[in-house]
Amino acid sequence: MWLDTIFFYVFALLALAGAVLTVTRRNAVHSAIWLIVSLLGVAGLYLLQHAEFLFAVQIVLYVGGIMVLFLFVIMLVNLDQAARERQFNKQWWVALACILVVSAEAAYVLYSGADSFKLAAPARASEPGNVEQLADVLFSKYLLPFEVSSVLLLVAVVGSVVMAKKRI
Amino acid sequence: MNFLDHIWLIPLFPLFGAVVMLILGRRFDPQAPSDAALAPGLVESVEDHGHHAIGAAKFLVSLLCPGMVLLSFLLSVGAVIELASTAGKVHQVIQFTWLAGLPFHRADGALARFSADWGFLLDPLSSVMILIVTGIGFLIHVYSTGYMAHDGGYYRFFAYLNLFVFFMLMLVLANNYALLFVGWEGVGLCSYLLIGFYFHKKAAGDAAKKAFIVNRIGDAGFILGMLLLFALVGSVRFLDVNAALAGRAPETSFGVLSVLALLLFLGAAGKSAQFPLYVWLPDAMEGPTPVSALIHAATMVTAGVYMIARSSALFALTPETSTIVAAVGAFTAIFAASIALVQNDIKRVLAYSTVSQLGFMFVALGVGAYWVAVFHLYTHAFFKALLFLGAGSVIHAMSGEQDMRRMGGLKDKIPVTFRTMFIGSLAIAGVPGLAGFFSKDEILWQAWSSPLGSKSIFAVGLVTAFMTAFYMWRLMFLTFYGQPRMDAHTAAHIRESPISMTVPLSVLALLSIAGGWIGVPKLWSVFGDGFRAFEHWLEPVFAAAHSAEEAHHEASVEWLLMALSVSVAVGAILLARRRYLSKAVQEEPEAEAPGLLHKILLNKWYVDEIYDFLFVNGLAKRGGTLLGRFDSAIVDGGVNGAAWLTRFTSRFSIWWDTWIVDGLVRLSAFTVKVWSYPVRLVQNGLVQTYALMVMAGLAVILGYYMSR
Amino acid sequence: MHPVTTVHYLVVGLALLLIGTIGVLTRRNIVVILMSIELILNAVNVNLIAFSRHLQDLSGQIFAIFVITVAVAEAAVGLGILIALFRNKETVLADEVDLLKW
Repeated sequence: MWLDTIFFYVFALLALAGAVLTVTRRNAVHSAIWLIVSLLGVAGLYLLQHAEFLFAVQIVLYVGGIMVLFLFVIMLVNLDQAARERQFNKQWWVALACILVVSAEAAYVLYSGADSFKLAAPARASEPGNVEQLADVLFSKYLLPFEVSSVLLLVAVVGSVVMAKKRI
Repeated sequence: MNFLDHIWLIPLFPLFGAVVMLILGRRFDPQAPSDAALAPGLVESVEDHGHHAIGAAKFLVSLLCPGMVLLSFLLSVGAVIELASTAGKVHQVIQFTWLAGLPFHRADGALARFSADWGFLLDPLSSVMILIVTGIGFLIHVYSTGYMAHDGGYYRFFAYLNLFVFFMLMLVLANNYALLFVGWEGVGLCSYLLIGFYFHKKAAGDAAKKAFIVNRIGDAGFILGMLLLFALVGSVRFLDVNAALAGRAPETSFGVLSVLALLLFLGAAGKSAQFPLYVWLPDAMEGPTPVSALIHAATMVTAGVYMIARSSALFALTPETSTIVAAVGAFTAIFAASIALVQNDIKRVLAYSTVSQLGFMFVALGVGAYWVAVFHLYTHAFFKALLFLGAGSVIHAMSGEQDMRRMGGLKDKIPVTFRTMFIGSLAIAGVPGLAGFFSKDEILWQAWSSPLGSKSIFAVGLVTAFMTAFYMWRLMFLTFYGQPRMDAHTAAHIRESPISMTVPLSVLALLSIAGGWIGVPKLWSVFGDGFRAFEHWLEPVFAAAHSAEEAHHEASVEWLLMALSVSVAVGAILLARRRYLSKAVQEEPEAEAPGLLHKILLNKWYVDEIYDFLFVNGLAKRGGTLLGRFDSAIVDGGVNGAAWLTRFTSRFSIWWDTWIVDGLVRLSAFTVKVWSYPVRLVQNGLVQTYALMVMAGLAVILGYYMSR
Repeated sequence: MHPVTTVHYLVVGLALLLIGTIGVLTRRNIVVILMSIELILNAVNVNLIAFSRHLQDLSGQIFAIFVITVAVAEAAVGLGILIALFRNKETVLADEVDLLKW
């Protein structure tokens, strides 16, 4: 069991450290690299939670798809100028204060409500694999949202093309 | 044929002639219009003198136009003969309503509708006038065929002349003031056209304009008088007016009727060249001589006399205005006669003589002797037409020369002209037995004896009679007697005028002798009543005006006065003979009497200069300056003021707009701005700020829920 | 060593969320802001997965799939907007884009 715990902390550390470094790096390419690290950490967390399908999707879609998209854009857009500028805006301290307040409040909520989450360890599911179960639910109960999401993607494709293209 | 019901035809014949001439006349006239600039007679001196052949076209013109007037004359004679046999001696032919106005309130409050007929009235007064107009008109037409034979614009001349006869007949035949005014203006127009006949000469054009403009002053009075009359009486028909005025008592003070009469007199004074407005008539001599004879001696200028005689019922009610009429007439008579004493232009002497004789007529009108005025009008038409035509004949013979100082000794060279003019001069001088004697003597007697007359008017008349005889015989002596003073070339061309000119002269001379015998003085009872036909003939017309008259006078006084006037006339003739047949004057008439009075008279009392100073320069030019100042000060001032006001108001409007309207808008905007400033700070367009707001809101909401 | 409970995951998710939020609120570079948004979405996904596991309900995972879908669409459109913005204004800094105000 402690292996789980070790992996959890490793993945959590990867995710949080990657996130912090993503946010703080001056060079956008570096940020992207650290974002990949962070996303991989989150993918690990998915795996620890027995969400194998999402783990795969996280790797393939995020790390493989979205991040390549990001890097392409970074190449397209000249970020040298931006890299020499100030990296944080003028309201950073206000934002930080707000975040601190919110985090304190959230931490208080979590702390005060942590007992309610002390449930029994979930039983090991012996049923068909995670992907099968997910497919059952997705294509029956959530068929309509699924199809709608396809429309959403289509719209996103068209929209991004319209935005990015110089002249339609 | 029933002439009386066809009197409306009388004016139409000359109208027909005029229309034909004006439309087709150019084809009858082979001469170029530019020849019209040549003065009468000038052409003749250059061309073969004996050549009087008239082209076929001209022959047609000279047949048609006098023929039309002759037809009118015959019709008039027929109508007058028929009139004489009617009971009331009044015949009215109303053809249609010519002017119809809206109803309005008369002076007495009754509702009246202005209307004027196209109607004709033949009564003894208008019968005298139409006979004069058509008779003398015909003679002058005939004369003109000879006189104008070599002038350009032959057809034009006859067109105007015929048109004049038409309007003059309309004037004297009209049955109301409005239609009379049509003729009145029409003859003014024709006068204008004929004075300016030689329109290439500036003097002619100026004289025409002067005549037209001066006449307008009088016409204004006539129109006002006519409208006032209508407002008082409710009709402009002569018979209605006379009937309406018949019952009234004469005005004792200067009332509304006097004003009305004075306005009409102003019109008459303009047309008949009385004192303040006479200045156009001498200048009108710029027209051809037949025109001077017909329009400016015999007919048109007597229109004023006719009009007042026509209004006798009114003037009989207004003794004060009548006195003014008499005074103005007397003054005009002596004033014009004094100018005529020294003028050297033969036509100008006659022109001033005309003014003077018209003054005589107005004296007669003023003292209430209306028939005498008409009588003098009638005799004056004969002898003055004769004198003018004779003068024209002289000018014709003298190759256009009009200055008497360059004449002399013409007596034997143009005998017919001399004899006829001799008769005319005797007639105007008042030698007993000739036309002028009867009428003038009657005027003098009436001025003495009438209740409205006075000794002073008589005295003025007597002096004028003296002057008349003097200047007429000065004219005769300078022109026909003594030694010739013209240059050799002119002298070689002196011929007696053609028969077309001498016959009218002879006829008029005959009339000048005989014409007066229908109005012999009452004193000459030996001749019986038939010789006083004129007075009796006119009696019905002036019946209303003669009610309070006929004061008894001593016959001896009348004889005495008659003898006085005759002796004055004869004395004047002898004085003129003595003076102007003297060797010195005959040899050098230019050098005569350079006295101050002579100079003043020669310059016509400087009236033209005074008018120029007062009215032309004073009113027109200085008035122009004044008007200019008025224009720049008041009109422009008004415009500028309006502009200034607009600018001021617009400035105020700008101020109001800027400070008040905009100010309110700005104030509200400013208020909103001030109050929205904190909010605006938030809306800085930075998406991260908005996100921060969301976070802050989240923090607050979470805090709120937790603290609850 | 305590066993890993759902609360641990929630804490990680909260931390990710806050870090992502800090990135969104403070960074000037729009590319990094978009990355931070991805972080936030991942934080949500972590939470969803944790509760899915905790409640033995697959709906959480289904929801995570939809969130990823939306994230993909968002990234695509967002980066398209970024390119358009850069082409027109020659900038990728968020606080230089402030036309939409007042």
